[in-house]
Amino acid sequence: MVTESDIEHIAELADIGISRDEVPEFTRQFNAILEYFEVLDTVEGESAPADGITNVFREDEPRPCLPQEAVLANAGSTENGFIKTPRVM
Amino acid sequence: MAGTLDFSPDDRCNAFITTCREARFSDGALAGVAVAVKDNISTAGIRTTCASRILEGYVPPYDAHVIELLRKEGAAIVGKTNMDEFGMGSTTETSAFGPTRNPADPTRVPGGSSGGSAAALAAGLVPMALGTDTGGSIRCPAAFCGVVGLKPTYGRVSRYGLIAYANSLEQIGPMARTVEDVSRLMSVIAKYDPRDSTMLDRPYDHRPSADIAGLRVGVPEEYFGEGVDPRVAETVRDAIGVLEELGASTVPVSIPGMRYALAAYYVICTGEASSNLARFDGVRYGPAVDIRKSWHDAYQEIRQANFGAEVRRRVMLGTFALSAGYAGRYYAKALGARQKIRQDFERALRDADVIAGPTMPTVAFRLGEKTDPLSLYLADILTAPANLAGIPAISVPCGRVDGLPVGFQLMGRQFEDERVVDAAYAYEQEVRA
Repeated sequence: MVTESDIEHIAELADIGISRDEVPEFTRQFNAILEYFEVLDTVEGESAPADGITNVFREDEPRPCLPQEAVLANAGSTENGFIKTPRVM
Repeated sequence: MAGTLDFSPDDRCNAFITTCREARFSDGALAGVAVAVKDNISTAGIRTTCASRILEGYVPPYDAHVIELLRKEGAAIVGKTNMDEFGMGSTTETSAFGPTRNPADPTRVPGGSSGGSAAALAAGLVPMALGTDTGGSIRCPAAFCGVVGLKPTYGRVSRYGLIAYANSLEQIGPMARTVEDVSRLMSVIAKYDPRDSTMLDRPYDHRPSADIAGLRVGVPEEYFGEGVDPRVAETVRDAIGVLEELGASTVPVSIPGMRYALAAYYVICTGEASSNLARFDGVRYGPAVDIRKSWHDAYQEIRQANFGAEVRRRVMLGTFALSAGYAGRYYAKALGARQKIRQDFERALRDADVIAGPTMPTVAFRLGEKTDPLSLYLADILTAPANLAGIPAISVPCGRVDGLPVGFQLMGRQFEDERVVDAAYAYEQEVRA
């Protein structure tokens, strides 16, 4: 069971934004879904990596990339070739 | 042969988010063929929205690998099709651009999330379309609209340029009105691309064959059980009967892991989504974030205003299922369940060459009928297992119930997409004749 304050906390962790009047409905829906997820408690054992699987690596060599104007074209706010963001501190 | 295709469709079903009135094309295997592309696949110079306001104004600076291949073979990209926001749904009702209607019955949903692609095909607006399938998003709308759709083996089609939702599950795949056209489109898009590190160099280059004598068709009881409309089950059993008449034999098989398939699927896909969708912050693309505010305030504000409720619900579910204290109970268990389901299919596909069942447990829902998220999730029960196992699965129309199309699903071994295409082709050719 999750409570309304759990839902507000999860929204905060996810940086997703939730309005006060959405909280009761999200809480009810979450609890119905989590109850359905309880069937996973019956899964026995741990997942082990399958045999014969290998990582795919490549050499770290410079390759052509998009020009700076193309990369910045969709950004809302730029300055001197950089993207401006909200304050972190 | 190169030129420009004039494309101004009568789109009364709202299948398209964007149309390209003058679509250029060149020489090649698909010279001049109009292809519609789901709006979560990047197209250079053509806006790409994922049916979300969070990507408003976004024009990709590059093409997805599959788009490069389509252009190289001469296809005319005529537009971008409607979908559930970020692919999260089975009805195409969560689109920020309004729902798509089902051409077979405009009071019904087309299925989803690739509902726009399926509706554009069913309405006769294009002969071929691309969709994407994370838990059934190609096969569900193909079944509901009465067209053909293939979810390829995981790793057979490059995901480079596909705007990610759940990387370990999703594949781009071909949709069309005939199995032959699905196969033609698959031959163009399934070519190796080192930019997708989960890809194997196993190109698809196949002409469908209707000779299925000796094919062993596995029939899993779990695909005909509780929750499946008995009339849909009956229609699909008749379709299996057609394969038998063509020289195939049936064998009973079992996928016991089906009982936790959906729970595992939703834990994994929401977990992956919660991390993938963190990139939508109004900084590099989409509506500009207010940079005078503090990071968390600005970020929460823009995401609340521009993501729909289902996207926010899934991001929150995934965040919860991966959070400290719960990851062991949900995510780790889901991975264990996924492995058991993969093993179930491997075992079943030793006794059988393909596995057959319905694509969807019911026919298309009414618009607005499904409002509760859990009841919508349950509709993915017959499609999500193939994504968990990474195996190919095709949906081909097999008749109607209440005047609405029913989809016949055929699944196969990894990298045996050709075999499921052949089985579907044999069925289609027989019932058309």
